[in-house]
Amino acid sequence: MDKKKPKKVFVQGAIPPEKIANSIANHQSKTNIGAHSIFLGQIRADEIDGKTVSAIDYSAYEEMAENVFHEIREAAFAKFDITCAHIYHSLGEVKTGEICLFVFTSSAHRKIAIEACNYFVEEIKANVPIFGKEIFEDETHQWKVNK
Amino acid sequence: MKVTVKYFGMIAELAGKTEELLEVPSGTSAIELKDRQVRRYQIQDPESVQLAVNQNLDNKVELNEGDEVAFLPPFAGG
Repeated sequence: MDKKKPKKVFVQGAIPPEKIANSIANHQSKTNIGAHSIFLGQIRADEIDGKTVSAIDYSAYEEMAENVFHEIREAAFAKFDITCAHIYHSLGEVKTGEICLFVFTSSAHRKIAIEACNYFVEEIKANVPIFGKEIFEDETHQWKVNK
Repeated sequence: MKVTVKYFGMIAELAGKTEELLEVPSGTSAIELKDRQVRRYQIQDPESVQLAVNQNLDNKVELNEGDEVAFLPPFAGG
């Protein structure tokens, strides 16, 4: 049931650390899980041509992005023996040092949880139509491109 | 025929809008629409722009009345 239901991935603004703590707490009743793997994407204060990034303003083709997130979930559940998986991504402005992506995979054993988590992160970066405007301290901006 | 065109990221910035309804001749392909809009809005580095027709990343299709065509700059999630 956990894997079939399309879930809301986008959250407005930064992902609060409390959300991560609560997600861990919510899994304490699921005692068939032996390992969680967590990836947290944090906004880096890149320096480009002498200017420092102060925030990223995320936007997305939301309808398509939600569908792609769902397809990635389906593929991950087919590929890995995971118990559950949760993804959250920010929209709007996220300041440097704050969290913009939270991927949480759980499995009976560590290897699968870690591999699945990595799979989610790589697929999200490559295939989800999300766009990032890097805002500098002087309020100019440039558009981010994933490497 | 009419198609809905959506712009995102730096393309929305260049176009000065996020969406418009365009009248195109029937038989227009997604690639033809892309070329036309690239010229109109002077979109830089058009090879990096992907088109999604009704949310499918396929540039080779012929467009139909009511289609939604999205102009997607490079992805930057995560």
